[in-house]
Amino acid sequence: MSTPAGISIVNGRLIDPANGIDAERDLHVLEGRVLAVGAAPAGFDPATVIDARGQVVCPGLIDLAARLREPGFEYKATIASETVAAARSGITTLCCPPDTDPVIDTPAVVTLIRRRAKLARRARVLSVGALTQGLKGEQLSEMAALQAAGCVALGNAQAPLANTLVERRALEYAATFGIIVFLRPEDRYLRDRGCVHEGEVAARLGLPGIPAAAETVAVARDLALAEHVGAIIHFRGLSTATAVRMVRDAQAARLPVSADVAIHQLHLTDHDALDFDAQCHVTPPLRTLQDRDALRQAVREGTIAAICSDHQPHEPDAKEAPFPATLPGISGLETLLPLALRLVQDGVLDLPTAIERLTWGPARILNLPYGRLDPGQVADACVFDPEAVWTLDPAAMASAGKNTPFAGWELTGRVTHTVYEGRLVFRLGT
Amino acid sequence: MNGSSGAANLQLDASGRLRHFLTIEGLGRQTLVDILNATESFAGVSDRTVKKVPVLRGKVICNLFFESSTRTRTTFELAAKRLSADVVNFNISTSAAASKGETLLDTLRNLEAMHVDMFVVRHADSGAAHFIARHAAPGVSVINAGDGRHAHPTQAMLDMFTIRRHKGDFAPLKIAIVGDILHSRVARSQIHALNILGVSELRVIGPRTLIPTAMQSLGAHVYHDLDEGIRDVDVVIMLRLQRERMLGALLPSEHEYFQLYGLTERRLAAAKPDVIVMHPGPINRGVEMDSAVADGPCSVILEQVGYGIATRMAVMSMCMQMLTPEDQPA
Repeated sequence: MSTPAGISIVNGRLIDPANGIDAERDLHVLEGRVLAVGAAPAGFDPATVIDARGQVVCPGLIDLAARLREPGFEYKATIASETVAAARSGITTLCCPPDTDPVIDTPAVVTLIRRRAKLARRARVLSVGALTQGLKGEQLSEMAALQAAGCVALGNAQAPLANTLVERRALEYAATFGIIVFLRPEDRYLRDRGCVHEGEVAARLGLPGIPAAAETVAVARDLALAEHVGAIIHFRGLSTATAVRMVRDAQAARLPVSADVAIHQLHLTDHDALDFDAQCHVTPPLRTLQDRDALRQAVREGTIAAICSDHQPHEPDAKEAPFPATLPGISGLETLLPLALRLVQDGVLDLPTAIERLTWGPARILNLPYGRLDPGQVADACVFDPEAVWTLDPAAMASAGKNTPFAGWELTGRVTHTVYEGRLVFRLGT
Repeated sequence: MNGSSGAANLQLDASGRLRHFLTIEGLGRQTLVDILNATESFAGVSDRTVKKVPVLRGKVICNLFFESSTRTRTTFELAAKRLSADVVNFNISTSAAASKGETLLDTLRNLEAMHVDMFVVRHADSGAAHFIARHAAPGVSVINAGDGRHAHPTQAMLDMFTIRRHKGDFAPLKIAIVGDILHSRVARSQIHALNILGVSELRVIGPRTLIPTAMQSLGAHVYHDLDEGIRDVDVVIMLRLQRERMLGALLPSEHEYFQLYGLTERRLAAAKPDVIVMHPGPINRGVEMDSAVADGPCSVILEQVGYGIATRMAVMSMCMQMLTPEDQPA
């Protein structure tokens, strides 16, 4: 007689966009893998049965940009604290940008991050290595070594490359190894000391503006160089309607280019900063309603294939200063899913598409074997109640960073269970 | 726009009276008129042999200047002293606090512990006065003496006072503001004040590099040609041009700027015959305007400086009386 093992999640609405499934199906998990979808195999005796009646069961979420602040900024957050927040939010895979301290430009840092994540055992943490040493935009990083150490991509984080020749070489060298390059497109000269979108709000508040052209100039340059050297590039965190159009045109011309957007860009605009609310200080800046609508449309049609949290937890002091002196960023893990579901309520996306942009969409960008629920796959799953209404209270957030402009928002949709590598890492109410 | 009401609400109490003075934006016409009327009543104090009234006796006012300033700080200090308040000056840009890495909030808490009743704040960051007002203890007033490019509301009010003294009614007036609108907190506050007071036409004049995008949304017509822009205006307000604008590739040279936007007697002839010329000071002679204009019959520049004290007395007493009605003078 065998001892019970594994998990069955039964009676739920299973949405697995990679397999085109949206139906009431049971999910059976054993030894870290998906055992079966639908009927349980004969003799399967799960140790845990989750009744997901009225709930949605989907692959664990994949977040392409989440700063966990370790190493180097442990006073803001740690891998331990942020993977707890991820588990509570249904996120099972986090991609950590390279702007840690030290920067992720050596295999040692990649190894350190992986080891800390393994100890925490709450979510998978993947490293995005630095494209240049120290993110300085001067010397190339040891890309092959970073790839061998496990980096899933290389990127410039929020440090735009000033030198076009360095960028060309970096893209070319990365292409040698078939590594995808994450670019946050921004022209540092046009950005200057700006801290909000250059437009009506900047004019009224007298805040230095960042023109939309700071993004589009960089997108044009990046696309031209990527096409020239045959690189695979991914635009991180688009914010402008014009950049969306440029990426759409590039994809139509069959260039290997993808893009993501931070969830807050799909809900907020520059007007949200009108009373100098430092929680709305983000990079790239919140832009206009037209930009927001173009970004929403791009997510709907798939030009933007992934929605990410762009998680940037901060200590309270980072936001306690006059607006231009505050640090940009939002603690976004815990609002990623509910704000994506809000797009469903707003009629922007249907539910399977919203889930696709959080799971299979990002997985495809990085060629990851996650974000889908076929038998034999690693069992990462999220169960959420799509009707649960709750109000965001920063003090109740699990992230060490309580910095959010969504405090007090009434959100719909709440994660009840998260399964990571076949283990239940979060259950609501425990 | 809801956000602007957030900023406006911060400076008004539940019954709509001033408790801080942070920005002109969002204030009602009557509030501005009340300030102008109070300024009128305080303007006489400076002409007395004993230049003091006991309105703020026993109150402590702290000039908290994170950016160097001589004239604004001096007029605030004189205004406070004429209201019989005790004044302390902190010039943080040069003092120990900033260099020791103390945060703005810590500085504020430390000074509050000294039982300060009002902070007069100047800071290089837009939004600094709002930030301090949001964190100030209940009962403590904050007056914005200039924050970044955002607002300089007492300067705007003394300019309005100067205009009213010369022109009376605002309704028929055509007014032009000339120069570096983009970087000017004075211009932003003037634009709000003139629109609230309901002038007939408001123009801003300058090269495109010095005019914010979305200028129209602030309620001003944009001109790039000075001769065209000052035609038939009643008031010309010149702005100071900072030398560093040449370094940021915003302008080629002072010479070209003066050629295009410098105010000369010849150019001023296109305005109304009784035009007045204003400037918040200090003037760069030969850059923004000719000496002949600055010192000429149309210039009211020195008068502006004189009204600065009365305006600040008016604003300070209005903010404080709201907080302590029993202290109101008979």
